[in-house]
Amino acid sequence: MLDHLIDQVFRRENGRVLATLIRATRDFELAEDALQEACARAASTWPRDGLPQRPGAWLTTVARRCAVDLVRRRQASPSWTSEPSAEEVPGAETEEDPALISGVEDDRLRLLFTCCHPALAQPAQVALALRTLCGLATREIARAFVEPEATTAQRLVRAKRKIRDAGIPYEVPRPDVFPERLEAVEAVVYLVFNEGYASTDAQGLVRPDLSAEAIRLGRLLVELLPDEVEAQGLLALMLLHDARREARLGPDGALISLEEQDRALWDAALIREGTSLLDAAVAARRPGPYQVQAAIAALHAGARRAEETDWVQISALYSALLRYLPTPVVELNAAAALAMAQGPEEGLRWMDCLSSRAELQGYHLLPAARADLLRRAGRKEEARLAYAAALALVRNPAERRYLERRLLALDAAEARGQSEVLPPETPGTSPG
Amino acid sequence: MQYILLIYGDERQWAKLSPAEMDKMYAAFMQYSKALADAGVMRAGSELKPTSSATTVRSRNGKVTTVDGPFAETKEQLGGFYIIETPNLEKALEWAAKCPGAQMGSLEVRPLPPPHS
Repeated sequence: MLDHLIDQVFRRENGRVLATLIRATRDFELAEDALQEACARAASTWPRDGLPQRPGAWLTTVARRCAVDLVRRRQASPSWTSEPSAEEVPGAETEEDPALISGVEDDRLRLLFTCCHPALAQPAQVALALRTLCGLATREIARAFVEPEATTAQRLVRAKRKIRDAGIPYEVPRPDVFPERLEAVEAVVYLVFNEGYASTDAQGLVRPDLSAEAIRLGRLLVELLPDEVEAQGLLALMLLHDARREARLGPDGALISLEEQDRALWDAALIREGTSLLDAAVAARRPGPYQVQAAIAALHAGARRAEETDWVQISALYSALLRYLPTPVVELNAAAALAMAQGPEEGLRWMDCLSSRAELQGYHLLPAARADLLRRAGRKEEARLAYAAALALVRNPAERRYLERRLLALDAAEARGQSEVLPPETPGTSPG
Repeated sequence: MQYILLIYGDERQWAKLSPAEMDKMYAAFMQYSKALADAGVMRAGSELKPTSSATTVRSRNGKVTTVDGPFAETKEQLGGFYIIETPNLEKALEWAAKCPGAQMGSLEVRPLPPPHS
């Protein structure tokens, strides 16, 4: 029980403590080692003495002293080591050091920008952010990357080494590069969110913890940079998507499409929060891609039933999004929206143009989207082929089950003589 | 920390410049060198003659081979360098972005380790 409590404290405090330590020591590895030692001491003394009133301050003070000891052991002597050794005041509650408390929020911002520095490859940025700001263990980050723990450990070591060797400073970027650096941070946060939202592990389970970490980072960004409307748009987008989490998976582990989801399962509080955040951002009249995507999500969230979805508006928003992100994937989504607004043939014409694009080769959502429109258009044979093509490419087990179900239903519909949109799955009729 | 700015560019593009464009380029580089010096960050720098003037030497097991040309054929070739001293990478990157060589080619920014003790 106490172990669990202590774990929670670590999770809550470690990001702040680490950020402060990095500022003090200018050395990621040293800061991490020192924090680890401080946590080890906490784990042995807190069960005996009880949780300190201000665990963050306790950890910070003890960690600073551990850092001093570590440096002395390595026989270097930077100027900041004129502090008591960690051995000198064993287990005592420490006084609040004002210098440690003020500027903590600035430290986390510095840490966020440092982790996402362009001198680091993006996977390294993601791993470092998850480790230092979210406090995830190497093992947990390895699960996120779907790679062996040793690989992730190496990734982190190399990233910290690059920061040290290349002299990446621990600072918020200067104004003229700030916008592009902020975009990089937002991209990392959104990447982490999508990993948690769309992907599954071997058991076919959605990994909600990653989405939660991304939302935490998103909230931090909004808190620390209250004037950045795109950061608000990003948070709104994540909240609105997260609101649908409970409705996305069926009992058999198959994905449930937006159209079929039980909207009573959507989280109304998250939708309210996301929508009002978006409204506030949009009022600043500085539009951007995250705000546009959030607006699309808000339109879905605002429709009580799938049939009430304002596809015309959504289609228009996709046109706007394409101006910011003229990518084949966005075009694919735009084509799907157009089809809902104007009919499947319109969407199919657009998708056929997309099928030759290099970036979409091997992308299962293209044949999946085509299959869906072909089904709606009553072109069943072509739909069957497209579902098969999608199944050949899909990797995510939940999405595979969804496509298999769609393919089966095609044949069942044919047997029943139907050709239109299928009714949502009713309990007891799905296989297994 | 010291950083070397390695200026890579396509020599064939460079060779296609008109005399007037060439003069403009050199003037830009001279201005840049002056800015580095005025800021107190310049430690060394030079243009290199083109790779057609290069010779590559390798010594293996006491046997020395000498061949015409650069160490490898590359799409962009090393055309010059600067060594600057700045407090951190960010400052070095800021200077690298301002180098005229960054417009037509690529600047690789590499830290120099401290002297080996």
